[in-house]
Amino acid sequence: MSLLATAGLAAFYGNFQALYGVDVAFEAGETVAIIGANGAGKSTLLKSLTGLIPAAREAVRFAGEAIGGLSPAHILKRGIALAPEGRRLFPSLTVEENLRIGGDHRKGAGPWTLDTVYGLFPVLRERRLAPSGALSGGQQQMVAIGRALMSNPRVLLCDEISLGLAPIVVKDLYAALPRIKTSGCAVVIVEQDIVQALAVANRVYCLQEGRITLSGKPLELTREAIQEAYFGH
Amino acid sequence: MAAGASLSSSAAASAAPASQFRVATATRASFATAALAVVVVVALIAAPAFVSRGTLKDLFFVLTLIALAQYWNLLAGYAGILSIGQQAYVGLGGYMLFALTDFAGLDPIVAIVVAGAIGGLVAIPAARLIFRLSGSYLGVGTWVLAEVFRLVFAQVKSLGGGTGASLPTSVTNDAWSVKWVAAVEGLRVSAARDRLAYWLAVVVAVGTMALVYQVLRSRQGLALAAIRDDEAAASSIGVDQMRAKLWVYVVAGFGASLVGALMFFETARVSPDAAFSVIDFTAYVLFVVVIGGIGTIEGPILGALVFYEMRNWLADFGPYYLMALGALAIATMLLFPAGLWGALSEKLGWRLFPVQRRLIVRERGDET
Amino acid sequence: MIVAVDTLLQGVLLGGLYALFAAGLSLIFGVMRVVNLAHGDMIVLAAFLIFAIAQTLGVALGVALLIAVPAMFAIGYGLQFVLLNRVVGKDILPPLLVTFGLSIFTQNGLLAVFSADSRRLSAGGLESASISLAPGLAIGVVPLMTLAAAIVVIVALNQMFYRTALGRAFRAVSDDPAIAQLMGVDNKRVFATAMGLALAVGAIAAIFLGIRANFDPSIGPARLIFAFEAVIIGGLGSLWGTLAGGVLLGLAQTIGAEINPEWQLLSGHLVFLAVLVLRPRGLFARGVG
Repeated sequence: MSLLATAGLAAFYGNFQALYGVDVAFEAGETVAIIGANGAGKSTLLKSLTGLIPAAREAVRFAGEAIGGLSPAHILKRGIALAPEGRRLFPSLTVEENLRIGGDHRKGAGPWTLDTVYGLFPVLRERRLAPSGALSGGQQQMVAIGRALMSNPRVLLCDEISLGLAPIVVKDLYAALPRIKTSGCAVVIVEQDIVQALAVANRVYCLQEGRITLSGKPLELTREAIQEAYFGH
Repeated sequence: MAAGASLSSSAAASAAPASQFRVATATRASFATAALAVVVVVALIAAPAFVSRGTLKDLFFVLTLIALAQYWNLLAGYAGILSIGQQAYVGLGGYMLFALTDFAGLDPIVAIVVAGAIGGLVAIPAARLIFRLSGSYLGVGTWVLAEVFRLVFAQVKSLGGGTGASLPTSVTNDAWSVKWVAAVEGLRVSAARDRLAYWLAVVVAVGTMALVYQVLRSRQGLALAAIRDDEAAASSIGVDQMRAKLWVYVVAGFGASLVGALMFFETARVSPDAAFSVIDFTAYVLFVVVIGGIGTIEGPILGALVFYEMRNWLADFGPYYLMALGALAIATMLLFPAGLWGALSEKLGWRLFPVQRRLIVRERGDET
Repeated sequence: MIVAVDTLLQGVLLGGLYALFAAGLSLIFGVMRVVNLAHGDMIVLAAFLIFAIAQTLGVALGVALLIAVPAMFAIGYGLQFVLLNRVVGKDILPPLLVTFGLSIFTQNGLLAVFSADSRRLSAGGLESASISLAPGLAIGVVPLMTLAAAIVVIVALNQMFYRTALGRAFRAVSDDPAIAQLMGVDNKRVFATAMGLALAVGAIAAIFLGIRANFDPSIGPARLIFAFEAVIIGGLGSLWGTLAGGVLLGLAQTIGAEINPEWQLLSGHLVFLAVLVLRPRGLFARGVG
């Protein structure tokens, strides 16, 4: 039984359907990348998993329990954390407070504390008392990831962490990934940067217009197959 | 009620698109309403011949309430300004009526109109002040403004100071309009004054609804609806928000002052607490608008009728009456946010005063 | 000269009461972006509650307050959960109308239960006790306690806001309710807690209001206006600003009253309007407001 899995997941924004019968599964300890063009439904998938968008109860299962449609707070308490698209830090909170609030409501079993998060991203320790809005994009992304880690999740979802950042900054962020992996949680990354995604993932899903068009291990997939799945031709 | 703006793309001889389209607001129901409205207005005008003086006073009350509610609706429903201080202008209108008739010797009808104009003018600097606030804070700001007006007028000794003043009967009785009515109807002057006030109320109520309907159908109305729906989007398409909001606030100020002047002509007595009463001129209006339906022209009519009925049943019960009003308003807001009219309109698709624009596309080959 | 100093002192002390009125309002707006139009009436409700407890249970005012504070917290929590949580959101019309209806309901409810008679909370001889600073210059013990209470409340609220998980939750929900939920924050409970706190602070304000002056069911709206003016003068987003705003309002009213007793309220309003014109963000505004 997978740690986190969907079965025929559909998602709507009002009358507009964004996901059509999506089936994905994530196992403990693995890193899975979800790639796809803009508007393919990648973020929508993450939002459905975390309760930001309604989902049918049975469409999402976590450790065997049907959690579709539960509130985001309940889903966090079960052990799924999200570093949202666009960082979405709290402007009224300092860096340290943003990290703290990540752990205020779930003290999961795991190594992540304020100290170990600062160990992962040392620059944040220097800027811990700064208002979160004063940081650079890359640093804010570190805070967003750290904030999600603070709840010691069993599944960490990262939505487009490379968005709007310079390549060297993205490299630094991804350099932290191995240490996150060793802490035991499953990591799901949604990425537009295919090269980066394929480099770190054990498995890949490709979404196109709300449907899974490809899945497999990076080494098994040809460039043509990926291109076809990504663009549809 | 003809169609609004008309856009036609006439087809060129051969391959160009074959449809013409026009933008219209009229519906079939609205034509029926126009007919009904004429009947109702005629009945209202003729009413004094059939009903008692007491009923006339009741009708007066309902008509002025409808008018006040229409202006409030315009402010809130279309400019997004939630005023709980329109009593500032109602009271201003009342006091101006007294000042203009007593000191300047104007005929009451003229004074009422001038009072309205003064209200509109005062609204301009007032807006400059309180528009610095926004949202709910703006709402409380309007209330503070009303308090300021109340306290200021309480200091004006020549207008009665804290205790207020009565309109001398010589003023009303000598007015050419009142004398004319007395002569034509063969009434005592005081009865004539009541009738005159009543007819003016009919004119004001009908005129207000016509004005509001015109505004909403015009380009200004479209701009206002845009602002109400999404301020950021509205400014991105170039709608001059500040001017639109100011304009609506001025119209609402004019309207409230006009109605205020009329109301105090009828009661012939003004005092700071009565003139600037938040209960009479905001709470009751809010109730009417909420019960009837915010943002529609039909809503306040329905709301005023419901309110009138409730008042008849419950007014003897003192505080319980207002408690019931408050509770009903809360319940309506929670359960029927669009009010009674809104709920009916949803279910039955009725629009008596349609202001929504519909795109009517005529395909080539249609007979219309 | 003594008169001038005395006036200033009285103004500052009056400001303490206004700051207490305003603190709850500031808290609610900071967390939920809602202006509770029934705020003043809630303070009056608390005053009547204290009065009723003291009367029926025959206890001292201090004990009545100890009962009233948690009672008001519960009332606020319940009110938010049952009524106001349904109208929190981007549209400002529903909360305004619902709280206005609540204001009317509360005023008239109090009228029905307690009648329109003026009441006073009797504090033994405390209300007339005073401390003499200089010949001809004395300050009342109760006004001094009021100011002290205001400072203590604001310090406590600040500590809560900036040093506790609840405070982090308050600020996060105010910034971004959706993402706050992602962090495990239960928005509904947070709002209810904020409202409960605001009304609990209102109970503290109420006891000083009731000792100092007569109160009756109709005085709520005026208290709301004072609270509101104090918040605006001080600036949104800062509790110390609210204290300063209250003090400034108290000063304006007291100085105005000194010139002509009929000008007390008007002076306060005029200072408020002046701040609107000259410093619309308030004197000590902070953060994202």
